[in-house]
Formats: sequence, structure tokens, C-alpha cells
Amino acid sequence: MQFFIRRNRTHIFGSRKCKYPILLARTMVLWLSFVAACAFSAPPQFSPVLPSVALTFPHDFGAHPGFRTEWWYVTGWLETPDKSPLGFQITFFRSATELDTANPSRFAPKQLIIAHAALSDPRAGKLLHDQKSAREGFGLAYTREGNTDVKLDDWHMIREENGRYQTSVSADDFTLRLSLTPSQPPMKQGENGFSRKGPRPEQASYYYSEPHLKVTGTVIHNGKPIAVTGSAWLDHEWSTAYLDPGADGWDWVGVNLDDGSALMAFQIRGKNGDKVWAYAALRDASGRTTLFTPEQVEFDPQRTWRSPRTDATYPVSMRIQTGPTEWLLTPLQDDQELDSRQSVGAVYWEGAVTVTRDGKPAGRGYFEMTGYVKPLKL
Amino acid sequence: MKFGMLSRWLLVGEWKAHLTQAAVAIIAIALGVALGFAIHLINTAAFNEFSAAAKSLSGQSDLQVRGAQSTFDESFYPALAQHNGVEAANPVLELDVAIPSSPGERKNTTLKILGLDIFRAASIAPDLIGIPAEDRLFDILADDAIFLSSAAMEWLKVKRGDPLQLRVGTQTITLRVAGGLVRTRAGQRIGVMDIGAAQWRFQRIGQLSRIELKLMQGINHEAFKKTLAQELGAQHVVTETADQETRVANMSRAYRVNLNMLALVALFTGAYLVFSTQALSVVRRRHQFALLRVLGLTRRQLLKQILLEGAILGAIGSLLGLVFGYAAAAAALDFLGGDLGSGFFPGIQPNVHFDSFAAAIFFMLGLGVTLLGSAAPALEAARAQPAPALKSGSEDAALSKLATPWPALACLGLGGLLTQLPPIFNLPVFGYLAVALLLIGGIALMPRLSALIFSAVFFAAAKSTSKAVPILALARLANAPNQAAIALGGVLASFSLVAAMAIMVTSFRVSVDDWLKHILPADLYVQTAASGDTRGFMPDEMKAIAAARGISRADFFRSSQLMLDPSRPHITLIARPIDWTDPANTLPMTGEAILPALLPKDAIPIWVSEAMVDLYDFTLGKRVTLPIGASSPTFIVAGVWRDYGRQFGAIQMRLADYQALSGDRKVNDAALWLQAGVSTEQVIESLRRLPFGSALEFSEPGQIRALSLNIFDRSFAVTYLLEAVAIIIGLLGVAASFSAQTLARAKEFGILRHIGVTRRQILGMLAAEGGLLTALGIALGFVLGWCISLILVFIVNPQSFHWTMQLSLPWKGLMTAALALLVSAAFTALVSGRHAVSGNAIRAVREDW
Repeated sequence: MQFFIRRNRTHIFGSRKCKYPILLARTMVLWLSFVAACAFSAPPQFSPVLPSVALTFPHDFGAHPGFRTEWWYVTGWLETPDKSPLGFQITFFRSATELDTANPSRFAPKQLIIAHAALSDPRAGKLLHDQKSAREGFGLAYTREGNTDVKLDDWHMIREENGRYQTSVSADDFTLRLSLTPSQPPMKQGENGFSRKGPRPEQASYYYSEPHLKVTGTVIHNGKPIAVTGSAWLDHEWSTAYLDPGADGWDWVGVNLDDGSALMAFQIRGKNGDKVWAYAALRDASGRTTLFTPEQVEFDPQRTWRSPRTDATYPVSMRIQTGPTEWLLTPLQDDQELDSRQSVGAVYWEGAVTVTRDGKPAGRGYFEMTGYVKPLKL
Repeated sequence: MKFGMLSRWLLVGEWKAHLTQAAVAIIAIALGVALGFAIHLINTAAFNEFSAAAKSLSGQSDLQVRGAQSTFDESFYPALAQHNGVEAANPVLELDVAIPSSPGERKNTTLKILGLDIFRAASIAPDLIGIPAEDRLFDILADDAIFLSSAAMEWLKVKRGDPLQLRVGTQTITLRVAGGLVRTRAGQRIGVMDIGAAQWRFQRIGQLSRIELKLMQGINHEAFKKTLAQELGAQHVVTETADQETRVANMSRAYRVNLNMLALVALFTGAYLVFSTQALSVVRRRHQFALLRVLGLTRRQLLKQILLEGAILGAIGSLLGLVFGYAAAAAALDFLGGDLGSGFFPGIQPNVHFDSFAAAIFFMLGLGVTLLGSAAPALEAARAQPAPALKSGSEDAALSKLATPWPALACLGLGGLLTQLPPIFNLPVFGYLAVALLLIGGIALMPRLSALIFSAVFFAAAKSTSKAVPILALARLANAPNQAAIALGGVLASFSLVAAMAIMVTSFRVSVDDWLKHILPADLYVQTAASGDTRGFMPDEMKAIAAARGISRADFFRSSQLMLDPSRPHITLIARPIDWTDPANTLPMTGEAILPALLPKDAIPIWVSEAMVDLYDFTLGKRVTLPIGASSPTFIVAGVWRDYGRQFGAIQMRLADYQALSGDRKVNDAALWLQAGVSTEQVIESLRRLPFGSALEFSEPGQIRALSLNIFDRSFAVTYLLEAVAIIIGLLGVAASFSAQTLARAKEFGILRHIGVTRRQILGMLAAEGGLLTALGIALGFVLGWCISLILVFIVNPQSFHWTMQLSLPWKGLMTAALALLVSAAFTALVSGRHAVSGNAIRAVREDW
């Protein structure tokens, strides 16, 4: 589900060559709030997220530049011809800046595009990842309105008329070229796509998911192209408001269940780890959706793993209670931490998990944890 | 006794007895080596630092795409970024932006500002990324923020958070200093801001200065560059970092070579001094050597001994010179920067690096010239027959070989021939060789010339006067011309150098002054800043200026830069109203121009500076294409004008033609003619009342002239230093040869004392000898210096800097220098002589057995 802090923790300055990561790494932590504090002569007015506005497709598959932030977030499980599992993540972020809209320059950084890609191969023992960023413009980087069409140099994702997504990213250590075909209609989160993120009504986003995307394509790793098939989950979310000031991080999971149903759950943690907000939705194969209130959703850590790089301790195995049902998440591998402090500054755990429902194997999904790294002290 | 011990004994004995002369020789060599080495170190340090600083601005890119004009349209940036083989493309807008000067203060200051796309620059130029405050990280994209190098902050006296004012056209914009840069070179003054903000704030929407490219692995750079250049056409230039170095090298090479040549001249004078010291010392010790030969010392051993003396002098002098030169270079770089007043290397802070290779070269040079200076006297001493040499009075005969005029005449003849040859690699190599040959030939011819002249004067004087002292002095000069010639040579060498440089500099200065008068015909000049890429007026501002009260005519100038050859510096394109029926009205023409009736209809007339003819072969009447505007139209060279301001070439064209071609309506400067009876102050006052009046800077032609001549003088300050060194070395030569001579002539003075000549009269005779010799040296030095100055003015300057000038002689300065040299030479001769006559007259003659 990918929260708004996520944006904050993502660094815009995507260069592997940058020698001053720490200075830049802190950028994102409080980015939005400081952007807001800057006194610009003519800052843009962003659209608010209102419960009364319903999602309309296909228009809402496309970009919403009137809102501050937006992302398309694909995660999934792949299988190689020799039946080994791989996890993958492809994300495109759009972020509107608050610069003076009067600047007529085509270089004016009105919209920034950031992309992350990761490949989780248990045989590699850790997550392979890469990222890029650019300002929108010149046809080199953009997010188009009307239908999903996002591009950042040679990374892109486009939704065809028939609903199939084509995406390609050439990362440093791997290349992903995937087709994602929907097998179910989009799953509107919250109240018909209006998804609350906190106790206050303006703490909300527009949010829909596309679970059970059938994946075919090619992964190039170590120079060898491998044909893959699999199942993926796409989130598309856009918003203007900020996260609750008391929020410190979040845990999110999206699961494609073997019986054709789809589960999404998240909780927003406060400073001392308590629950600020939570949400879960379960849609069965026939399209019936069960929503859970914040009180009905509990996250309960089972086993932790400590990152040797960042010293952060992640509850890599999590028990989640939604109403009467108990889910248990087990990671494909423990080290699925995306540590890009040396380049873009973001650190989070984003990994493939297998899921049991009340003790029985039920499906596979992606689990995300942010806010587990202690802030750097300089 | 072993030869080694004898050798040491002879050396120590000689130097103990004549410490001053040895010291003078050492100092002369040290000065020459020091000057050469220091100039070399300063130039190398400045050049390397300038080159490195220029290179650091293009980061780690493989290729750079530039426009032939200083900026170009951004529209092909995406195509280039997505071009096959390109891994990353970094668009850059680089401008020299004027810093507004406070009222009453005239500063010619610009700050180099780079507009960068941080996302693209991060991989190609990571050092140029700004470091924002921790709580204002978004400043890196902000449209009101600028990041400054530490040298720029220091220079502008600002720190993070301070406002920084910049002049754009007639407006002043205020940016906020948001932080420093990741890494810049010491002393490098640059600012970095977001490219979108830079385009907007500096009114360059849609414009880029260059696009830096990083190519994918395995791409052949040379082939890629060639293909790309073809695709982009004449409007764009594809360069490599190496081209940039070549460009910087080309920019300053003529200047650096000329300075090094001047330093070599100083070394040459030093070598001459060694020659005179050694020659006279050999003469003085003729008996000693003859005795040693009789006692069994071989010729070889004697030759070795004298050369060893020279080598030790040379080695000590060269080592001292290296130390002193290094210290001088370090001090000069510390206090003056690497510029040496030339303006070639602005805005850098180079550090001196000990260059062992150059040190070795200069050491060998110092040692080599000393050995060369010692060779002739050593050979002569070794060849001398011991028996006649033991006799008294053979001293002058010892130098008689010097009187052969043929080698000297050959040198002069060859020097004359070399002046006819063209430059090599744009450097006047043969011109310098000719100067060296003239100097050598002139000095070598001295014994013969002085004998001829002094004999004639002696006979004339002997008939008309009977006064003893002048007759004695003249008799000595006429009959011992070879010894006289050595002192004469020193004076000749130094005065001819002084005269040559003074004539050259004066000719240049007078020409520049005339030129300035010609190019500044208006009553008042107006601009918004003295320099920079952002100065200028918009069309409505031009109208307002032209319509101001009291102005009878207003001419507007647009100057911009064109790159015609990536390995050469930019040329300047000046668009202004030009009366094509008589271009000489506006331009300082060098010769004929093509009249409008004879100009082809299909070509646009341009008038080019002399450098354009030399460097780009833009000869009168030639059809050329220039990358101005979208198309590359045909132009015709309608005339050639003289330009002392831009040695890399300049082209003038009519403003109307330029505006029609380029669509560029901006202008940089305005020249105003006032109505009769209106004062400059009144016009300035009325212009100040315009809405943008406070941004205007006014200059009267007199001020500009004074400023220009001031800059001129500063850039020739080094030449004045060299002249001073030449004079000092010349005087040292006079002192050395006179003290050597007078000591050698102790017997002669003893006999004179015995026949009744008073000490006073002997001193008078010495002063007269010194004065006469110096007078002749000055007279001949002037002739030789004038010849050399012709080479400097008509060959070295046009070939190095591509401009011609008229010859002007600085009579007053030369007279003063001559008089000073004359008096100090006579005085030196006198002082040196006092010692010789102070001894006992009996003892002085006793050794003559």
C-alpha cells in the first residue's frame, strides 16, 4: 500500500557516484514539511483528497499531477524454468514540487520522477536493487495522464488498451522485462478508493490495487536472460496530505491468495511502536470485499532479523489478525532490506513472503516495513 | 704534486684573490637562471591550474557538445540524451554574470555560474553539486538559491543564508546563498544553481551552453565524435576534454613563450658576463699559466683547469638561480597570483610545484652557457706558446683571435636572413633566433669596430689636443681594442636589449593609444556592467536611451562569441552600425576595404581583425560562412582592421545584418554623441532619471583610454623588470671587466706613476676610458637595439599576437637610460681602478723582469 512517508524517505538525488551520501541522505526524512515551509512567490495549489470524488477508469489509471505525490508500485513472485522463486519490485514515484509555477523554463523541476527496482533471489542472499531520479521534461521522464504511462530514461511502465501492463527496467545488476495481465477488476481500497491514513479526515489518499496480475517475461541476471512467469500486485495511489505527525513508520502487506482472493493490510506505527491507524481488506474471488476497522487489525511480530548494514531490527516474520482470521508471514529470505543510503538515502525492508491463513498455506505476497532505522546522528 | 691538488690550489688561490669577480659572475648566472626558472614555474603553475579548473567544470564527461555561438537551443537535448551510445547527458548553462558595483566604484567583476540539472550532473560532475543546509535540503532545486565555491564566498564576502545580488541586463536580481559545493579547486570562483532557475533568472529560457556526454562502455570516442559532428552540422561543435586543453594552451602559448624568451635573454647576458670574467682572468694569469706550462703542465690539463673553473662558477650560479627562482615563483604566485599581469589566467590560485625536469634543463642551460663563455678563453690560454706569453705586454695579443670579423658578420647575415622566414606553430621561432644571432654577431664584432673607431678618434684627437689624459685613454682604447671590447660588449648587450624592448613597448603603446582614440569616437559610453554574459539592453531600453535629452546620435553594439575551431579560443563577433561606404570612419582599418558598389549582392559584408587573416585565412574579398542564426549564410570579407583587444580574432558586421540573421534584439553597449552645447554631466543626469537609470555605468572615452593603457602597462610590468635586470647585468659586466683590467694593468699604472703621471690623472684616464667605452657601447647598442626592435615590432609581435603596429622611438627614455648607464659605467670604472693605483708603484713594476 506504500505510504506517504515512503516518499519522504526516498531520496531524489539518485547517483551511485555521489560521495556525500550522509548529507543527502537526511534530505528525505522531513522533506515534505520543509518544502511546505519554504516561502515561494507563487507555489502551486494542490488538489485535496475528498471522499466524495469517486474513481473513474480508465482516467484514474493515469497520472494526477494536481496532487502532491503519486506512485505505481508493482511487487510479485516469479518462477524460473527450474522452479526457483524470485521476488521483484518495480516502483515509479511522481512528486510535485512547490517551486514558483511562473518559471517558463522547460527545465523547471515542477515534477520529479523517481524509480526503484529490486530483485530478491534467495541464492544471492540479499536484495539486488537500483534507483533513478529525474525531473519531468523533454520526453525523457514523465508520468502521463489518461492511462498508466510512466518513463524515466530507459525505465518505463505502460498500460495497454486491453489493460495489460508492459514494464522494463535496466538496473545495474539485473534487467526486468515483464508483461502484467490483470485477471480481476481493480480493487478499490477504503471507501470506494478513498483510503484514510490517520485519525484526521484529510490524512487520506486515493488508492486502488490490481491483485493477481499474471506475469510473463524475462529477467536478465548475471548476463543470462531467464524466462519467468508469476503473479504480481500493483498499487496506484495519489495524495496531497501528510502523514500524521505522530507516525514513525508502517507495516504493509499485499497477498495474492491461492483461492483467488486478495488481502491488503497495513498499520501505521507511532513513536513508541503503538498503532496510530490500521486497515485491512479481503476480497474473495467473486469480488466480495470485507473491510476491517482499525480496531480489528493487529500486527504481532514473531521473529526479528537484524541488518548488518544498518543495524535496524526488522520483525521479518509477522502475525496479522484481521477480525477472526490469523495470518502468518514468512519471508523468502531474511535479508530483503533495500539499503540505498550510499546513493538515494532510502532504507526499508521490502520482501517476498509466503502466507498461511489460520495455520494453513494460503498464498504469497509482499511485505513492507519502514521506520525501523534509527535516525542518523551527525 | 698531484694534478688534483694543484687544481684545487689554483682554484682556491684565484678565487681568494678575486672573490668579487667570481661572485659577480655567479650572481649574473644565478639571476639569469632564476628569472628563467621562476617565469617557467609561474607559467606552468598558472597554466596547469587554469587548465585543471576549466576541466573540472566539465566533470568526467567524454565529449562536450557546444554551439558555435556561446549558447544554443535546448531542443536537441532529448535526442542527444537518447542517442545510441550515450550513457548520460548533462545539460549545462554556463554564464559569467556581472556583480553590481556599488556607486562610485568601478569593478570589472563577473562570477561564473553553472546552471545544472542535479539529477543529470550527479553522475558526470558530482563535484559541482551544492551542499544545502540540513534543514533546507530542497534548496538544491530552488529557483532563488545559489551554491558558491568557498573561494567565491570569500571573494564576495557572503556566507550561507546571505543574499547575493547579480546584474542581469538593467535589472538587479537577488539570490540566496544556499551553501557550498562538494569540491572545487582552491581559488576557483564559481556558483552553481538549478538549470531551470538559471534559464529563468538570467533570461536564457531555452538556451544551453553545452551538453556533456558520457559514452557507453566500448564506444569508440573518436568515431562517435565524428559521426555526431556530422549529424549536428556547422552550428554545433563536438569537443573532447583534450580539445579544451589545447584551447587553453593556444590561448596563452604566445604569451608564455615570449616571457620565456625574455628570460633566456637575461641568461644570455649572464653568460656574456662569465665570458668577460673568464677571458680577463685568463689574460691576467697569462704569466702564471705560461710558468705552469714550462713546469710541465700539459695543454689538456690547463684547458681542463680553466673549464673546471667555469663549470664550478656555472654550477654554483645555476644552483643558486634554481633556489632563488623557486622562491621568487612561490612568492609571486602567493602575492600576485599566476597572472603576471597578463589577464590570461584570471580567477585561479595556483601553487608552485618544483618541476625537476625543468630544473635540470635550467641547470644545464646555466652550466652550458658558462662553459661556453669559458671555452674561448680556455682554448686561447691552452694554445698560447709559453715563451712569448711569459713576456710582459702580450695581454692584448691573447685576445686577438676575437678580432676576426667573419664569424660575427656571418651571424649578422644569417640573422637578417632568418627574419624572412614564416612562423612555426604560430610562434616566431626564427624571429627569436634572428634576435639571438644579431646580439651575438654584434658583440663579436665589437673588438674590430672599437679598434677602428677609437683609432680614428685617437688620430683626430692627437692632432688637435695635447692633453695627456684623454690622449692616454684614447691610445689605450685604440691600441688594446680587444680588452676594451669585452667591457664594451657588456654595455652593448644590455643597452641594445633595453633599447629594443623600450622601442617595442613604446611602439606598441603609441599604437594602442592611437587605436583607442580611433575606436572611441563617441562622447559617452553606456553599459550595465563592464563585462559578463548578462549585461545589455532590451529594445525598449535602447529606445529610451536614444530618445534621452541632449543626445544627437546613439550607436548600439552587440558583441558575442563564436567558436569556429574547437581547438582555438572563441572569436568575438561585434555587430554595430558600420558605414560601409567608408568603414575607416568606424574601424581602425589597416588597408583598403571593398566598397559597397563592388560587393556581391548575395553576400553579407564583414570586416575582420588581422588575427582572422592569420589564423583563419579570412583574406580580403574571400567568401566565408559563419554559424550565425539558423542558416549559415555567406559572408564576404570587406576589409581588415587592427585589433589590439582580442588576439584570437574578431569580426565586425552591421547590427541590422546581425539582427536579421539571428533575431537577437539585445545589445550590450551604447555609444552616445552629444548635441552641441550639452555637457556630459547633463546627459548622464537625464539618463539616470530613466526607470533603469541606476543600473547604468557611464564611461567617457578618456576614462576608457586611461583604463586600457593602465592594463597595458600592467601587462608589460614584467618587461620592465627584465629591462632592469639587463641593465644591472650590464653594469656588473662593466665593473667586472674594469676591475679585472685595472688589476691586470697594475704594471702599466706603475710605469705611468714612474714617469710622473699622478694618481689622479690615472683615475681620470680610467674614467675617461670607461666613459668613452660606454658611450661607444651605447651608440652601437642603440643601433643594434633598433635592429632588434624592428624584428620584435614587425616579426615577433605580428607572428605571436597577430597584430601590426607602427614604430615609435622613446627618445626621452632612451636618453635617460643612456645617461644613467654612462655615468654609472664611468663611476664603476673609477671605483674599480682606485684599487689598482692605491698600491706601491715600485712593487707594481717589480715583477716585470
